[in-house]
Amino acid sequence: MIAFSAVSILLIITIFIFGEGMPVMVKYGLRKFLFGLDWFPLERSYGLLPMIIGSLMVTGGALVIGVPFGLACAVVLTEFSSKRLRRFLKPIIELLAGIPSVVYGFIGVVILIPFIRDHLGGPGFSVLASSVILGIMILPTIISISIDSLEAVPRTYREGSIALGATRWQTTRMVMFPAAKSGIIASIILGMGRAIGETMAVIMVAGNAATIPRSLLDPVRTLTSNIALELGYAAGEHRQALFATGVILFVIIMILNTIANMTSRKRRP
Amino acid sequence: MKIAVPPRTEQGIIRALLWLLTAITVFILFFIIFYVLKRGLPVVSLEFLAQNPTEMGKAGGIFSTIIGTIALTLLAILIATPMGVGSAIFLTEYTRENWITRMIRFGSECLAGIPSIIFGLFGFILFVTKLGFGWSLLSGGLTLAFMILPTIIRTSEEAIRSVPYAYREVSFSLGSTKWQTVTRVVLPSSLPGIATGVILSIGRSIGETAAVIFTAGSSLHVPTSLFSSSRTMSVHFYILAREGISMDNAYGTAAVLIIAILGINVLAYSLMNRFMRRYC
Repeated sequence: MIAFSAVSILLIITIFIFGEGMPVMVKYGLRKFLFGLDWFPLERSYGLLPMIIGSLMVTGGALVIGVPFGLACAVVLTEFSSKRLRRFLKPIIELLAGIPSVVYGFIGVVILIPFIRDHLGGPGFSVLASSVILGIMILPTIISISIDSLEAVPRTYREGSIALGATRWQTTRMVMFPAAKSGIIASIILGMGRAIGETMAVIMVAGNAATIPRSLLDPVRTLTSNIALELGYAAGEHRQALFATGVILFVIIMILNTIANMTSRKRRP
Repeated sequence: MKIAVPPRTEQGIIRALLWLLTAITVFILFFIIFYVLKRGLPVVSLEFLAQNPTEMGKAGGIFSTIIGTIALTLLAILIATPMGVGSAIFLTEYTRENWITRMIRFGSECLAGIPSIIFGLFGFILFVTKLGFGWSLLSGGLTLAFMILPTIIRTSEEAIRSVPYAYREVSFSLGSTKWQTVTRVVLPSSLPGIATGVILSIGRSIGETAAVIFTAGSSLHVPTSLFSSSRTMSVHFYILAREGISMDNAYGTAAVLIIAILGINVLAYSLMNRFMRRYC
């Protein structure tokens, strides 16, 4: 019985989130929720499009920042540096994954926001700030899983390629990357899941205006922050609308998880 | 498409670029820690740790939030560990690979990917509202337990799997039953691995905010029973920083939080290393 705890908990969570969120979605129609532009819960207008777009923009931004830095770090540590440096740095980077998200958000507030406000304009609380903070937050995930998958490539691949006269970079680009592809993709998807699901850090730096941002310097509100900002005082239909937000988030995450699972399963036949 | 750059030159350029990106990454990650510690540590003193917050956290220390954090984490661990280790034992010792184990594993992987705010929503509707526990340690503990369950299952499973098969065979050949083998041979030898998972989960519970704030509430009093609302260090830090109550105290709380979590994770890491050395 105990063994089924994980599955049953997953089931219970699904039932409760959907049970609480579906009625209001059905009442107003799914399309109103997904494509409605106006979020005025007090006037019974529950359009989630600004938040969906907000979540996607912020997550996309986080990937644009996190993926190149993360992969560069993984490649340097596996291909271009001494083993000792890797032994030293990898555990430390993994430790950094444990830093609470509120701390990242706080750093964003005290350092990044004033910087953006003074040098780039706008209020500071923006898509850009959230993307940078989330990008930094997903670095440890991307680095550590990419290193694992690059290390899992058989040594003979690398040796064979170098014996053919390829440089280390050519080896990395043409042999190692293709061989470790599924692991690297899985690391990116996991990072993406973390970025979409992150709540507190984003609330602190995003500005949280429930409108579609027109530029990178405009404030933005994500699905997660929509829930967290209003759950404290929402009641009745408004609260149900927040659960509906949770349903949409839940579905997005589940799709991502399934893709990640499928790619990582291919890796280990 | 083809630009004739000699491969070695190309490699040189790329290498410089990659090292630059790596240096920036490592710098940023370290900078965050050092910045918080530099601003926060001067605030931390014995009084800061031992006094209750006053004036909504503007003055005083963080004593009640430390107690809240410990109580909540302990509760979550006490609930999740038996469930997680039980699942792992079932997955490794009592079944072969089939659709049931695949389903359990899929469920646990999905659970691991669910964002904490969804756990918060769920705990809020089930424990706080429907079951009537209110904002309390119990609601928060149960929610956190559900959240850390996948971590405990996965690490325990790996730990149990890495116990050499010969151990079990010897135990069977001595005439012991399956259950005796599991409790007296397999579990003791996989204990460090299981402990690693538990310790990692402790770290995660301490750092969690979104799932806790809507289930355990944010009362500043020292909790007296399972049903009293309590504020954890992370929630306290979030409220201090977001509402701009006191930046000094926010830095102080963050420093304590970071030191606690890094300490816990270092402990987990060294345990794991010792465990790996024994069997691999």
